[in-house]
Amino acid sequence: MIGEHVADTLATEPSAASDDVASSGTATRATRLLGAAALVGVAWLAAFGLGFSPADRDQRESVRILYVHVPSAWLAYLAFVVTAVASGLYLFRRSHALGWDRVAGASAEVGVLFMGITLVSGMLWGRLTWGVFWEWDARLTTTAFLFVTYVGYLAVRGLGGSHQQRARRSAVLALLAVLEIPLVHWSVRLWRSLHQEATVLRPDGDVKMDGLMLFTLFVGIVAFTLMYAWLVVHRQRTLAAEDAADDAGLDRALAARRAEVG
Amino acid sequence: MEDAGFIIGSYVVTFGAVATYAVWLARRARRVTRDLPDHAKPWT
Repeated sequence: MIGEHVADTLATEPSAASDDVASSGTATRATRLLGAAALVGVAWLAAFGLGFSPADRDQRESVRILYVHVPSAWLAYLAFVVTAVASGLYLFRRSHALGWDRVAGASAEVGVLFMGITLVSGMLWGRLTWGVFWEWDARLTTTAFLFVTYVGYLAVRGLGGSHQQRARRSAVLALLAVLEIPLVHWSVRLWRSLHQEATVLRPDGDVKMDGLMLFTLFVGIVAFTLMYAWLVVHRQRTLAAEDAADDAGLDRALAARRAEVG
Repeated sequence: MEDAGFIIGSYVVTFGAVATYAVWLARRARRVTRDLPDHAKPWT
C-alpha cells in the first residue's frame, strides 16, 4: 500500500505547500523550485560548455557538443531503467498500482526525448569529427534501435483497452526493452566501432579528462537530471489526470446509457 | 566558422527540444486538469 501511495502521488508535497497552487495545472511549490534549479543548471552548463571549459587537444572545439550529448545519453539510459523498475513494481506487486505504470510511461516519454537529443547532437559531433553525420556503426545503430524500440513502447501504450490492460502489456515490453541498454553501452567493445570508448566510466577507474572538462560534464549531468525529474513529475501527474478524465467520461457514458434503458 | 554553427546548433536543438516539450506538457496539464475535481488531483 505504501508503494501504491508513493506511485500515485509521486513527489506530492505536504498539504501546507498547496496553499499557493493554481486550481489547474500540475505545478506545486516543490516543482517550481525544481524547475528553477533546472534553469540555473542549464545556464551554468551553457556558460561552462560554451565558454569556460577549454578546447580538447584532439577534438578541438567540437568537444563542447559532448557536454550535452553525454548527459542526454546517460539520462536516456536512466529514464529507461526507471521505466523498467516502475513496470516491474506494477507487474509483480499484488496491488498492481496504476501509479507505477504512469511513472513508467512518463519516464519512457522523457527518455525518448533525451535519446532523440543524443542522436541529433551525436550526428552534429560526428560531422565535425568523422566528416559524416551518420555511419552504420555498432554504437550508432544500436542507439537508433533503442530509440525506435521506445517509440514503439509509447505506441503500444496508446493502443486501446482499459488502464490495467495498457499497464500490463507495456510493463512486459518495458522489461524486455531495457535489456538493450547493456548491448548499446558495450557495443563499442563487442564490435569494431568508430565511436570512442568510455572516458569517465572506465573499467580501470582511470578518468582520462581535464579537471575543468570533467566539472563541465558534471554540471551537464546535474542540469539534465533536474530537467528529467521536473518533466517526469509533471508528465506523471498529467497522465493521472488524463486517466481520471477518461474514467469520468466512461462513468458519464454508462449513466447516460442506463438512463436510456431505464 | 563552420564549427561554431554545429556547436551552437547542438545546444539550440537540445534546449529547444526540451523547452518545446515542457511548454506542450504545461499546456496539456492545464487543459486536462481544468475540469477535474480536487480529489482527482492528489498533488494539490
